[in-house]
Amino acid sequence: MTLHPLIVRLTHWTNAAAMTVMVMSGWEIHNAHPIASFPFPSAITLGGGLIGALQWHFAAMWVLAANGLIYVTYGLVSGRFRRKLTPISPRDAIRDALSALRGRLGHEDLSVYNGVQRLLYAGVIVLGILIVLSGLAIWKPVQLGWLTALMGDFDNARIIHFAAMAGIVLFAAVHVPMALLVPRSLLAMIRGR
Amino acid sequence: MSDPDTPYILREAAKRLDLPTRRLFLRNALGLGTLGLLGGCKVIDGLSAEQMLSGMNDFNDRAQAWLFNPSALAREYPESAITRPFPFNSFYTPNSPDLAPVIEAAGWVLNVTGQVERTADWTLPQLYALPQFTQITRHICIEGWSAIGKWGGVRLSHFLKVVGADTRAKYVTFRCDDEYVTSIDMATALHPQTQLCLWMDGRILERRHGFPLKLRVPTKLGFKNAKHVGEIEVGNDYTGGYWETYGYNWYSGL
Repeated sequence: MTLHPLIVRLTHWTNAAAMTVMVMSGWEIHNAHPIASFPFPSAITLGGGLIGALQWHFAAMWVLAANGLIYVTYGLVSGRFRRKLTPISPRDAIRDALSALRGRLGHEDLSVYNGVQRLLYAGVIVLGILIVLSGLAIWKPVQLGWLTALMGDFDNARIIHFAAMAGIVLFAAVHVPMALLVPRSLLAMIRGR
Repeated sequence: MSDPDTPYILREAAKRLDLPTRRLFLRNALGLGTLGLLGGCKVIDGLSAEQMLSGMNDFNDRAQAWLFNPSALAREYPESAITRPFPFNSFYTPNSPDLAPVIEAAGWVLNVTGQVERTADWTLPQLYALPQFTQITRHICIEGWSAIGKWGGVRLSHFLKVVGADTRAKYVTFRCDDEYVTSIDMATALHPQTQLCLWMDGRILERRHGFPLKLRVPTKLGFKNAKHVGEIEVGNDYTGGYWETYGYNWYSGL
């Protein structure tokens, strides 16, 4: 039985690549005028300077946005989001997180997401949408002035964009080790089962 | 090698090899993993990555021109939102207002060239005598900072009409007395907020902010707002600009 249809696997790995380029080039862009109190070390940024970083960012954004649109549309239309990600309950998430910490949370049935997975997977989709919208607000504050106003004007949109990035990176910091700890889940995202 | 242009072309090519972007590909391509495995092919891969990014940069020029709505206005702010003092930023280093050109108002003229009916020079009193308007808009730098200023001056669309410019031409180029150059598309030149700026915060434009004349274009990033403009050229040939040569996006619309 196929756990992840081909379209989910393709969009997952395309997103992983595009998001990596966006985050690493975004760190370099951030360094030109930091809003955090620190610059990101150049060893982990992409672009070698503001010019190259902007070129990577404005190239990969098309891939990220188009791929994200396909993924979200598929998830909504096919009912996959509803089937796999609901119900979302903080209580379930806390219960499952605690049992995971005690080593008692099984992954026998990969087709059913536990409470933590449902919350985190739904949460990172929301962050993905937020990072694209806040990015558009920064990129086109005149043509999409209504969106920039919705984000609380230009400077605030930058902070939202940064915070969404931080959330996505935190997600990856949990998601990637978990996938490696349960290699069957990693194989399923490659082979489909 | 008898072509007289050859030394010039070689010099330009050498300059391009120096660009920070190029250094990035040769170094950071390794960080991406796959390219590094090819070892000896690194330089070639660096070049193809640069070609891909350069192609996307051109694509982004066209995408932004398509997105541009001539009647969408940059947000106007109240006086209380004005940033004081307004930040200084230059293309030359060190980034110091002491290096801004010293321009005497008396001998200064603005040259108008290219596809225009009237190429006569303009003196400052002549420019001050044209209809003026004021805007309080946000200047957004490509580095990420922004500041709100109050600018006064002549609508560029009005000026182009007065000099009989061919508004079917593609580009308007601004050449400056500090050797800076930039150019914009005609649609943006005709936008109602695009301004030949003579005043800032109710006073004659200060030296540090581009005396006697700067381009104020709130629908584009800060570096398109050229200071110390000395020549305006209307034409169909792409003229690029100072930062654009280094790889910053030419259109840079907001």
